Order: sequence, then C-alpha cells, then structure tokens
Amino acid sequence: MVTALDSDTELRRRAWDAAASVVDPEIPVLTIADLGVLRDVALNGTEIEISITPTYSGCPAMNMIALEIELALERAGFHRPKVRTVLSPAWTTDWMSEEGRRKLRAYGIAPPQASSSRRALFGEQAVACPQCGSGETELLSEFGSTSCKALWRCKACREPFDYFKCH
Amino acid sequence: MPVANIQISETPLVLYTLRRADDALILGHRLPEWCGHAPMLEEDMALSNIALDLIGQARELYSYAAKVEGRDNDEDKFAYLRDVRQYRNLLLVEQPNGDFAQTLVRQFFYSAFADLYWRAMMGSRDATLAAIAAKSEKESAYHLRHSSEWIIRLGDGTEESHARAQGAVDHLWAFTGEMFAVDDSERGLIDAGAAVDPASLRDRWLKTVTGVISEATLTLPQNNWMQQGGRAGRHSEHLGHLLSELQSMQRTFPGLTW
Repeated sequence: MVTALDSDTELRRRAWDAAASVVDPEIPVLTIADLGVLRDVALNGTEIEISITPTYSGCPAMNMIALEIELALERAGFHRPKVRTVLSPAWTTDWMSEEGRRKLRAYGIAPPQASSSRRALFGEQAVACPQCGSGETELLSEFGSTSCKALWRCKACREPFDYFKCH
Repeated sequence: MPVANIQISETPLVLYTLRRADDALILGHRLPEWCGHAPMLEEDMALSNIALDLIGQARELYSYAAKVEGRDNDEDKFAYLRDVRQYRNLLLVEQPNGDFAQTLVRQFFYSAFADLYWRAMMGSRDATLAAIAAKSEKESAYHLRHSSEWIIRLGDGTEESHARAQGAVDHLWAFTGEMFAVDDSERGLIDAGAAVDPASLRDRWLKTVTGVISEATLTLPQNNWMQQGGRAGRHSEHLGHLLSELQSMQRTFPGLTW
C-alpha cells in the first residue's frame, strides 16, 4: 500500500529530477543542480514550489532558468509549478559539485578556486589553464563574457580562457 | 498625455530601502553609458558587468520596498514613474561620467563605501536587508578591486593620466560626505539594529581610500566642505537628464511591456 507520505516523497523526487535537468543557458554543460542554484522542492498540498538562488544579483540568466524550470515541470506532469527565488544564505561557488567542476574544465572553463583569498584587495590568484593544465597563466580582465566569469590567458599554450570567479 | 508619478507612503524603512535602491540603479545606469566607448573592450565589459550587479541589487531593494510599503507599487514603478524630487540617491552616483578617470574615481569612492556598508549590513536585524547585503558584499569586493587597480594605474601612470585622476579626485571629493550622513528617519532604524550607522564606517573608508590614493601618487583635498541634498530629493541638474533617458519608454508608452 502506498501511503500519502510515500507518494509525497515520490512526487518531490520526480519534481526535483525534472528541475535538476535544467541547464544554465550560458554554460549549457552545467545543470542548475551542478551549480548549486537549485535549492529546494516543496509540496504544499497539490502545489509544487521550486526554490532557486541567484549566483549574482544581476545574473540575466535567472529569468530564463525560472522559465525553463516551469517548462520542465509542466512536461513532467506538474501543473502551474511555482518558482521562488531565495537570497539567504547567499550562493557561493563552494556549492558547485565536483561533477560540475569536472564538466566545467572539460568545457574549457577553469573552475572556481577556494574562496579564502577573495577579500584580498590585490590578492594573487593561481588558476590552472583548462586546456593544457599549465599554472603559467595571467589575468586579462576581472570581468569576462558573463557576470560570473573572468578572462584569463595561458602563457604556456597561449590560449585565452574563461575562469569561473570564486564567490 | 503625461504619465502621473506614483505616490509613495514613505515610512522610515521604505525611504531607507529606496535610498539604497536609488544609489544602485543610478550608478548602474551611469556605468553602461561607457559601453562601446571605454578605452578598451575589457572595460566595456567590466563596467557593464558591474552595472548588472548594481541593477540586480536595485531590483531586490525596490521589490522589498514595495513589499514593505504594501501599496500597488513595484520595482518597475519605482524606477520609471518617479520624478527627480522623488529620487533619494547620493549626489555622487548621479554625477556625469566625465572622462575615464572621473568615472573610476566616482566608482572607487562609492565601492570603497559599499564594500564596508554591505558587509556591516549582513548583521542587520531585518532579515531581507541582511540577505540582500550578503549577496551584494561578495560583488562589492570585486568592484572595489577593479576601481582600486585603475586609480593606481591612472594616478601612477603618465603625466596626463595623473593630472586627470587628480582633477577627478578634487572634483568629486565634496560628494563623499553624504555617504556618511544620517537623518532622523534613519536614526530610529539604526537604533533598532535594522540599519548600520554609516558614520561608524568612515574611518575604515578613509583608510582604504588613503591607502590606494597614496599608492597612486595622488593626494586627497584638504577642503572638507561637503555637498548634500540627494537623500532629501535635492539633486544636481544631471539627474533629470539621466531620468529622461531611463524613463522615456514608460513615459511615452505608459504600461509598455517587453
């Protein structure tokens, strides 16, 4: 016999899986679960509510991600899902999964470093080239192709690359 | 037909939140005026990226102000349907971009403050303001590093860049005092632990600013007469021009949606 509790858990799992399949429109190799943007799936009666957290305050991908989640849930059979944005606790790159970091590197983006030195006003950062692995790299611009990335260059293989800023 | 300005119930918390939202929106509008004109492509992107963060902060703050106010205002109405006198931003952030040095000095003075301010606001007893602060302080650290590096590069650069940077410091200095001013409406929020007393941040702000300015071989003006008025809605002539551009679509086609 299936109890109400079991079916609720099952529903939430299905909703989570559907939401977790949504990818970041600007980094399509990462799902929002890899990124740590997907925070919670709650079931209130028959209504399903997905909580997500923005990476950066002004990240323009958030609206797109919210829309994609609604579509993914509708496709999975959930009607009129609600997507809620939560700010606290603030998202940090430490929430990015190991799998996410590996996928980023394979995609040519250097994954974020540990966040301890973020506050240093003129701190030295060591970022390995995602192409050749060399540590001989230099920062070209703190602000790159999207708000979450910086632009770097590898001095060994001469390739420029994106670095996912730690946050 | 002209579009009416919205009415606002300015409780201390609504006013306080609107003031910070206005700072972020106006500076966030100023910076991308450089897009396509900055000295290098990386700066087109950097200044627009910083603006994105600021506009994101403004949206969170406006939405919160609307929720606290409990009327039918929202983030868009606050941005598009208030006139100059209803805006409560610092005079500093509405100052024109001028040359690149002037933009970066304005950014440096503001970022050095915002970085301290948001970090302190993370301890606010107001849970929403604390959450917005926790998000913003991560971004402000990047903004401060960006402008600090430029101040040093410009100040300790060529004769020309040094002169321009010094000119910008001299010109904008009188707009920095307003960041630390408190009026009666904010005093109650500070006493209740919902807001931080900006005056308590001044020494640390001055330490950061002095450090970077001296490394840049620049000097701070000795004149400490400070300009004020933005928080009370008394603005320089520049804000009206900025708003006419920012609001033109909503004023021309009321209720227009994308």
